[in-house]
Amino acid sequence: MSIGHTLLGLLESGPRHGYDLKRTFDETFGHDKPLHYGQVYSTMSRLLKNGLVEVDGIEAGGGPERKRYAITDAGITDVQRWLATPEKPEPYLQSTLYTKVVLALLTDRDAAELLDAQRSEHLRLMRALTERKRKGDLADQLICDHALFHLEADLRWLELTAARLDKLAAEVRPS
Amino acid sequence: MTLLDDRPTRTAPAPTRPGLGGRLRDLGLGIRFAVSGGREGWIRALLTAVGVGLGVALLLGAASVPTFQQERDARGDARQLGVGTDDRLKPGDRTMLAVDASSEYRDVTIGGYLLRPEGAHPPLPPGVDKLPGPGEMVVSPALDQLLHSAEGKLLKERYDYRTVGTIHDSGLDNPFDLYLYVGSDSIKDGTDTSRIDHFGMNYPKEPMDPVLIVLIVLACIVLLVPVAIFIATAVRFGGERRDKRLAALRLVGADVPMTRRMAAGETLFGTLVGLVLGVVFFLAGRQLLGVVEIWRLSAFPSDFVPVPALAVLILVAVPLASVAVTVFALRSVVIEPLGVVRSGRVRGRRLWWRLPVPVVGVALLLASGPGDTLGTRGVVQISAGIAFTLIGLVLVLPWVVEATVRRLRGGPVPWQLAVRRLQLSTDGGSRAVAGITIAVAGGIALQMFTVGINDDFNKKTGQDPSRAQLGASAGFASGELAERMVTEFGATKGVRSVIGTVDSWASRTGAKPDADGILASVSVSVGSCSTLRELAKVDSCRDGDVFRVEGAENAGVDDELKIAPPGAKLDVGDPAVRWTVPADTRTVHSRRDPGGHYFGGLLVTPGALDVRELGNASTSAQVQVDQSVPDVLEYVRNTGFAINPGMHMYVYQTTQRDSEYASIRSGLFTAAALTMTLIAASMLVSQIEQLRDRRRLLSILVAYGTRRSTLAWSVLWQTAIPVVLGMAVAVTGGLGLGWLMLRMVDKPVTDWFLFLPLAGVGGATIAAVTLLSLPPLYRMMRPEGLRTE
Amino acid sequence: MSSTPTPAGSLLTATGLHKAYGPTPALDGASFSVHPGEVVAVMGPSGSGKSTLLHCLAGIVTPDSGTITYDGRDLAGMSDAERSALRRGEFGFVFQFGQLVPELTCVENVALPLRLNGVKRKEAERRATAWLQKLEVDGLADKRPGEMSGGQGQRVAVARSLVTNPRVLFADEPTGALDSLNGERVMELLTEAARGANAAVVLVTHEARVAAYSDREVVVRDGRSRDMEYTR
Repeated sequence: MSIGHTLLGLLESGPRHGYDLKRTFDETFGHDKPLHYGQVYSTMSRLLKNGLVEVDGIEAGGGPERKRYAITDAGITDVQRWLATPEKPEPYLQSTLYTKVVLALLTDRDAAELLDAQRSEHLRLMRALTERKRKGDLADQLICDHALFHLEADLRWLELTAARLDKLAAEVRPS
Repeated sequence: MTLLDDRPTRTAPAPTRPGLGGRLRDLGLGIRFAVSGGREGWIRALLTAVGVGLGVALLLGAASVPTFQQERDARGDARQLGVGTDDRLKPGDRTMLAVDASSEYRDVTIGGYLLRPEGAHPPLPPGVDKLPGPGEMVVSPALDQLLHSAEGKLLKERYDYRTVGTIHDSGLDNPFDLYLYVGSDSIKDGTDTSRIDHFGMNYPKEPMDPVLIVLIVLACIVLLVPVAIFIATAVRFGGERRDKRLAALRLVGADVPMTRRMAAGETLFGTLVGLVLGVVFFLAGRQLLGVVEIWRLSAFPSDFVPVPALAVLILVAVPLASVAVTVFALRSVVIEPLGVVRSGRVRGRRLWWRLPVPVVGVALLLASGPGDTLGTRGVVQISAGIAFTLIGLVLVLPWVVEATVRRLRGGPVPWQLAVRRLQLSTDGGSRAVAGITIAVAGGIALQMFTVGINDDFNKKTGQDPSRAQLGASAGFASGELAERMVTEFGATKGVRSVIGTVDSWASRTGAKPDADGILASVSVSVGSCSTLRELAKVDSCRDGDVFRVEGAENAGVDDELKIAPPGAKLDVGDPAVRWTVPADTRTVHSRRDPGGHYFGGLLVTPGALDVRELGNASTSAQVQVDQSVPDVLEYVRNTGFAINPGMHMYVYQTTQRDSEYASIRSGLFTAAALTMTLIAASMLVSQIEQLRDRRRLLSILVAYGTRRSTLAWSVLWQTAIPVVLGMAVAVTGGLGLGWLMLRMVDKPVTDWFLFLPLAGVGGATIAAVTLLSLPPLYRMMRPEGLRTE
Repeated sequence: MSSTPTPAGSLLTATGLHKAYGPTPALDGASFSVHPGEVVAVMGPSGSGKSTLLHCLAGIVTPDSGTITYDGRDLAGMSDAERSALRRGEFGFVFQFGQLVPELTCVENVALPLRLNGVKRKEAERRATAWLQKLEVDGLADKRPGEMSGGQGQRVAVARSLVTNPRVLFADEPTGALDSLNGERVMELLTEAARGANAAVVLVTHEARVAAYSDREVVVRDGRSRDMEYTR
């Protein structure tokens, strides 16, 4: 995730102070990993240097943290471009799990066993995510859903792989 | 022009206008689907085929009725005694004497003659190879069977002759005809005896009674419309599933007309198989009529041949009609590529065009008065009125069902399920019920009408069965016979008392006929004192007494006594015997005799008049029996037959019903019941089909712990609601129609409750459909239904 | 493969279930147990015997052998009428599709189990309406199943399964015919309502996201069950 683009996007709705930016970010996106204030500061100074934001004003009696930032026209264009550019698709291959399944079959172990254990583990996390989703707001739900779908995809891929490899193994070594 | 043209031309995906070939191809494709549709397809085709087959068989049967009637009449005529055109045949080489040997046995009638050839070349009755000699008889197969059964033991005593042959079919009315010819060397020429020189008599055919024509029109509508409705229902069996299949064809590019033609093709296949089945059913059915007697109805299979023109009409019209019905039914269904939309019946049924039809019918009937039945115009008007009324009932019924069902609310769960189901679609239910309605309404009207007319035939006879139950009469005078009857009947088991008289008449000696050619005469009956006491209020009686009896039911009879005051000289009988009324003759009052009559005239004891000299007189007896003795009537009949085979014997009943009308009524009832059975069968098929479509839902309801009885009741209500509504419409319509028809012949309604038996059949229909749906219902309620997907 | 624990306080317990349809065994020694207020997911590949297990547990199908104990009573020994009464009174059911009676309105569909139990129509429909409200479909009360979406229909079905306050709710792929959003909402409403009523839920599903609404899962494979909590 690009923190710079995210902060720029938050500024689009109106000028904000640095601490304000951090708090909003944390509330909206940062459940797993809150932002350090230093990160905000360094990001903002980089954006300032690139002319994507400008200082809108400084609160009386404040230090550098008390700066109020506003997005520039160039900044708006930049956010627009970022949003319009698709993310590079990642071949989301679970190399560890794959290795495990193949190893299990090669060593005559039951892939189903491994699958069940992994499913159980996955479900444990998915239950927690579901629980959080139920209690949380929309942002929570969206984020948890993403994680849930990914975890489910993992499981389905794993099940399919196990089934295929099972067949493959049977073909290779008919007993 | 170039090589490029050799490429296969691509047809544009634009709608192609199908030629005749294309249409036929679609039809053929539909037939292919029906044939290759797997088990499901076959079941559907088979259901349609069986349904159409039953309908066609019935139609063929109806088309055979004229032939049947004709053949039977012809054989009936052929075995009439041929007495010749001359007044009296002279005895000759080809003549034969015949005496009616018919008699009744329990509830059957045996027909036949005693025959005595007078020369070497007597005529042979039809169906008989060789005349039976004296003491021998030829019998019909059915009679032969009866005589050899335990049931015929007493009859065997009556017809105590040696069987030397059987009567072939050509001499019989139907396979269950009880008939015989007995050879005799003792019968003599006389009043009860006919001299014949051939068999066969041609009665001039009378023009049909207009009333009968009206009856036949009504009967045709009552029987054929339900059959048509049944066929229309049968060709729709499995229609919903077929529509789904056609939707799948739409998905791969079939257009709407193509799907219609394919549907028509499928139906056509079922119908054609149905025609074949129909012919088979018909042939099997007529074979059955030859071996089984149903409600006294039976016929030789060979009599049941459809009138060719009608047969061709049936075989052509049924397939065409079935295709038309299919295409018409599809008009309210839109088969889309992704499913079937039933567009029809979103708006309620309209009454405005339905109601006028029965109203016109009733108006036509109201407009025709009592005399109109006689003219052709009247017959047409009445028949049209009946047709409009009955068909109108069928049209109004769906509206009634829909309007009523829409208003039903609440109730227990089974009722709620049934009502809601009917609210969503009353189509199937009311269509089948319409058939029942017309059958029942017509049946009721017909019955009321025949019973009303029957009043002419159904009169009270006034006989008093508590005093005598049997009468016997012979067409010749014999005091000896009268005595024999009294003694022999008297000695018969179960007989309480017997009276016997020789009956003749007398006129004043030398009297001349009056201007009208009528000779004033008085009845003379000769009998013993105990007999006379039964006929008149006689205080004292000795042999040799004579009584003048007044007070007969006919006032004119008392006048006749004026010619026979004491001392009058009379000519008795023909040829006449001179006789003088004794001077001490007393006048007494008549008394109701066992036959229900009041005698008027002269009662004479044998000592006062020698009956042996009387000519042209008859001898009769009235027998009083103890009805607690089983088969007492048969003992008396046996005695009577033994005394004289030609003796006419009759049983007194309080009412005497005309047997022909009775058979019309039982025929009507049979037909109506048969029609309802047919309709019930189609309701059953639809019901089971519906259940099959809801297999999954039923399983889920079972999972919910629904009791079987709950669903069974819902099935019952689903059948019962439309049937009960249909019966209500039918009973109302039928009673109304019957009343209108009786009004035309100026007869009162004698019995408003005639509909009860038919209503009972309706109830039985509901019960049968429900009961027969239960096994499949229970089977489908098994949890396996949850595993279908 | 599995030990057969009968944990104390379990409401519905099955051990060593065998069931064959013809020559094919659907269950081959499966075991199961669920506590009041617990949601147990039954998972496994298709054809593994998940649904048969549910049918046996619910007393719809009698197993060829094995014992099923509900609330101290032996389910396998009961007559068909007794099991029907149990299903009417103490169990609730949600299936994948086709469970609503098409000609009845929603409120009548929901009221149906109550009415089968002899509750008067007015009262049954009042309670049905309350449940429709809880499942946020009270606006559909007078609509017929054909007039609503799959998600709405499934909510009505959930309302119907809960209207009798069942002690065990059996759900066989309840979200199978729904999209993610509707499926989720239905699962949320279903589990919330069941937990609120302290009802046990037996949830047959092959989707992990749906199983994530459970407290624990039982895996069925080749007719044998594997209880992931207790075997650990």
